[in-house]
Amino acid sequence: MTITEKILAKGAGVNVVNPGDNIWVNVDVLLTHDVCGPGTIGIFKREFGADAKVFDREKIVIIPDHYIYTADEKARRNVDTLRDFVAEQGLPYFYDPGTDSYCGVCHVALPELGHVRPGEIIFGTDSHTCTAGALGAFSTGIGNTDAGFIMGVGKLLIKVPETLRFVLDGVVPEYISAKDLILNIIGDIGVDGATYCAMEFSGTTIDALSIEERCTICNMAIEAGAKNGIIAADEKTFEYVKARTDKPFYPLYSDADAKVKAEYHYDVSQLEPIVAKPHLPDNKALVRECSGIKVDQVYIGSCTGGKLEDFYMAAKIMQGREVGVRTLIVPATRYVEKGLDTTKINGQSLRSIFEEAGVEPIAPPSCAGCLGGPSDTFGRTHGEEVVLSTTNRNFVGRMGSKKSQIYLASPYTAAATAIKGYITDPRDI
Amino acid sequence: MSQKNMIKGPVYVLQDNIDTDLLIPACYLNLVPTIPEEYRKLGSYALAGLPEGFTKFASNSDGTTPYPIVIGGRNFGCGSSREHAPIALGAAGTKAVVAESYARIFFRNSVATGEIYPLESNERLCDCFKTGDEAEIDIIGNTITRVSDGKVFTLKPAGAVAPVIEAGGMFAYAREIGMIKG
Repeated sequence: MTITEKILAKGAGVNVVNPGDNIWVNVDVLLTHDVCGPGTIGIFKREFGADAKVFDREKIVIIPDHYIYTADEKARRNVDTLRDFVAEQGLPYFYDPGTDSYCGVCHVALPELGHVRPGEIIFGTDSHTCTAGALGAFSTGIGNTDAGFIMGVGKLLIKVPETLRFVLDGVVPEYISAKDLILNIIGDIGVDGATYCAMEFSGTTIDALSIEERCTICNMAIEAGAKNGIIAADEKTFEYVKARTDKPFYPLYSDADAKVKAEYHYDVSQLEPIVAKPHLPDNKALVRECSGIKVDQVYIGSCTGGKLEDFYMAAKIMQGREVGVRTLIVPATRYVEKGLDTTKINGQSLRSIFEEAGVEPIAPPSCAGCLGGPSDTFGRTHGEEVVLSTTNRNFVGRMGSKKSQIYLASPYTAAATAIKGYITDPRDI
Repeated sequence: MSQKNMIKGPVYVLQDNIDTDLLIPACYLNLVPTIPEEYRKLGSYALAGLPEGFTKFASNSDGTTPYPIVIGGRNFGCGSSREHAPIALGAAGTKAVVAESYARIFFRNSVATGEIYPLESNERLCDCFKTGDEAEIDIIGNTITRVSDGKVFTLKPAGAVAPVIEAGGMFAYAREIGMIKG
């Protein structure tokens, strides 16, 4: 069996599962946030009763992150709905905006806070829940109804996915990042190239990647339609997880002879910086082919492009240079935000590098402009802006305005583009 | 044949990769679907993300749609897990989507909520219909008929999810099989 099949078999309490089987699995973690949490709670109460109790208080994690810094009344009400529910149920894992416990973007916060453990089954009311597969867990996005069901029962009926195996070998060239690797793959297989499948990543390239970079890859599995992205745990994973939780965990691994639907091999040593042009993540081009396209805004942030290492990459390019276009920096979490002060290049903090380069005032952690949102959302587009962004989706209207155009790229490419004001290959800086 | 297994009316035709931001833009995700007033509002914003030039979808004066059937191409509903997407269509009065293929979470949410039937066509029906054409879907017989000339197109059977669809959603199904009580 593959790692995905083994985790699901364990969750179902059976020895063997096969792709296509419909099985009930026990849920280790249910993640929700301010956009889908209130609806999930509404369904939970409608179906199980106003006085119902959640199946396991320890297994529900609520991380508000979408509409935090907005005056929108309904958005504020929705966070209040979460607060009331947490108080009523006595839930221990709630990261409340406006308090010291506030974290930021849930997919970055979830592993940071020790809620992701190898071998476990995680469901979240957000499609980018697949991010957590980077630590050897089965993790996928669901809707409010399924989440409300899990809240009451602790189980979910799911279909075992077939696996697509991606073997990446070779040394990643300078100024190429995990974002280039995954945009390249999505460009090859298409936005529905992995529909209903598990995307399993392995090979010497993956072994050499940091946990954060692995998260960037698994985060975008959904952009190829996958059910989950997954990378088997290794020593790096164990070190990361054990630093964050005392809970025991049981990593699982694909058998050498596990059957997969297809296997793809990549030699990454010759890879060039990649961009996804408007309006789909599979609209792949080399950055060089788009070189010279003028942009109005560069956005560095989100669950896939707003981690500390993403800002490190951007700062490497920006140090000692000035931006030529409006540049927005949105750390994903409080931890990342603090890291901007404590992480240094040539003795200078990342924050200082960005400020000297002339970026807009650094925003507090949240999903912000990545998905548009209320009209006062930081970084949201309102007109015909051309944006180069380290986020994960470039659909029409994704960042707010239907008329704006979004190019997706790595933090290196984003920083190089910020300096020049037009799309620029980071190797040309 | 029972009337509830037939869906009849004008179709609204879309193409490939209809994403969840087109189905319900993120600025409306502050609406909570389990609050009845906000459920209705979501319906009025269904497909509000389509670019200019498209016929307004929820064009009835009460915020609902004159189109009970939406026809799409490949990968319908890609993107976000927002359940607001199938709910917006259902709240607008759409009964079924007929597409060549679906993004997984949208399909799942459609089935789990029971808001709309996510039906799969064998042919590329977005090239066979235009917005406003009258159609008739037979849920049991797995067909969609173009009323103007009577041409019948076959649909794929629902397969493993059929019992959940027939029960009317995830909770109804779980009660039927005794997974939850009451």
